[in-house]
Amino acid sequence: MSETAGLPVFDASAVRARAARIRVAILKMLTAAGSGHPGGSLSASEILATLFFAPVLEFQTAELDWPQRDRFILSKGHAAPVLYATLAELGIIPAEELATLRQLGSRLQGHPDARRLPGVEVSTGSLGQGLSISAGLALGLRLNFELGAKVRLPRVFTVLGDGELQEGQVWEAAQFAAKYQLDNLIAIVDRNMLQIDGGTEEVMALGDVAAKFASFGWNALDVDGHDVEALYAALTRQPTPDKPRVIVAHTHKGEGVSFMRDQVGWHGKAPTEEECAQACAEICSCADWKDE
Amino acid sequence: MGKATRAALGETLIELTDSGLDIMAVDADLAGSTTTAKFGAVYPQRLVEVGIAEQNMIDVAAGLSLAGKIVFTGSFAVFGTGRAYDQIRNTVCYSELNVKLAPTHAGVTVGPDGGSHQMLEDIALMRVLPRMRVLVPADYQSAKAALRLAAQTPGPFYVRLGRVEAPEIYDADERFELGCAKVLRPGADVTLVACGVEVDAALEAADQLAIQGVSAEVIDAFSLKPLDRATILESASKTGAVVTCEEHNIIGGLGSAVAEALSEEHPCRLVRVGVKDRFGQSGDPDELLRYFELDPPTIMKAALSICVQSMS
Repeated sequence: MSETAGLPVFDASAVRARAARIRVAILKMLTAAGSGHPGGSLSASEILATLFFAPVLEFQTAELDWPQRDRFILSKGHAAPVLYATLAELGIIPAEELATLRQLGSRLQGHPDARRLPGVEVSTGSLGQGLSISAGLALGLRLNFELGAKVRLPRVFTVLGDGELQEGQVWEAAQFAAKYQLDNLIAIVDRNMLQIDGGTEEVMALGDVAAKFASFGWNALDVDGHDVEALYAALTRQPTPDKPRVIVAHTHKGEGVSFMRDQVGWHGKAPTEEECAQACAEICSCADWKDE
Repeated sequence: MGKATRAALGETLIELTDSGLDIMAVDADLAGSTTTAKFGAVYPQRLVEVGIAEQNMIDVAAGLSLAGKIVFTGSFAVFGTGRAYDQIRNTVCYSELNVKLAPTHAGVTVGPDGGSHQMLEDIALMRVLPRMRVLVPADYQSAKAALRLAAQTPGPFYVRLGRVEAPEIYDADERFELGCAKVLRPGADVTLVACGVEVDAALEAADQLAIQGVSAEVIDAFSLKPLDRATILESASKTGAVVTCEEHNIIGGLGSAVAEALSEEHPCRLVRVGVKDRFGQSGDPDELLRYFELDPPTIMKAALSICVQSMS
């Protein structure tokens, strides 16, 4: 499966199991918090599971500030629960801490706060900024590589929401990344087709996202964002020289939970205890589920 | 007349890089005007041009800082602060990144470009942001010092720079510290607290006041945040009368900062000289300083009005 030498052998079923465990953690922490964003956290579960557990990213949990690490920036900061669940799965934060989500004094703020929480590169939450930050970071890392010992050129991965693409700044960043030929930048768009006020195509149509990025000079791929094998293949494909890459991951908001799937009402609402129990039962009964 | 404060930007970035600091600059199609182009001519890889896209400029700077760079941003003050306010707030300050905003062309002395380009609210916008430090240099040498301080101190900074040539006030070897004002002239009857181009206007007003027998103490509140409360309060306890002088809206800037300090710790007579909650307009810089009542005669009148009252 892997085209990149040196990476561990890719185990799709293990990655799917991680995604399922991440989903359960998302639902439980949101239920405990009583507020937050399940829909766009569940839709990105395979994306983060593939990035961190296939793995695609090179990093060291024992040395989070390893200078040559690949960076991850969650541009759609409201999907913080999927990131926190991933950090807990990695052992970077204790699983018990997930229950403190959104509480006073917690490191798990409603949107990621880099000053409080290790493993978060930069605070996000105001949409439209992550691609610019990632592009600046990718450029800075490339300069460090060129001016330094040329040990390893780190890559920058960022996950954007599709509704987020309505922010004009995203396209300022898209121009910038193409001009500076940032082939160490990989953006993943969680194309779940929903935003707070309704469907993305009704609220403000985005159309063919991959074609838009391609017209800005990017290498653009469409994949099924719940197919970890397809995600892994797209994420590990050799970079197109001098071009940033965007992977448009076609997903379903609320994926994994029958009554949340494709339902706009589950953008920013926490489940009740009963809903959480039902949702977790569905996930735990799926073929991918494995206890630790 | 000395060089403009903006002339310090490109030159100081070159010196700082020469000295071994890992400096970068990001500009938005104004590199010639802000003088970052000078830096780019010497260090081409270290100047990043984003085009007319100020929001991207700030967040690209944020990203570069995450790679370990000390990053200065350009553009004009009106766009480099106001157009990208959310990026400055939610990324630069919230994450406390090593980004130094140093846009140029603040205030009415922008001149003929008019009100759309004359930023009069930037100090207010930057001052209310947690983790942001605000420096307002009065001349070329103090601008260089402000930029050096910003580069050498971790975290977000705003350095306010102007377009026009400014009279020389400081020598090249003058030392500046964060949170320390400069008492430029001791006096007993009234305190003139100024920043930016108004420091020279306050000095001229003090000369005129001296002729009339009024002894004015002149303070350069170059470090607007953190503000040197101790120096200002000490002067106010001596004189009992304070005039603030700034090329900025009287709401939210130096006048407000000094009013906050005085009203909490030493209430006394205060007059704020500044732009009175208005937008600017086209004109010659000197003409505009008179029109908006930022000139030495206005400062002198303000001083006399409270000196008389405090004496009566």
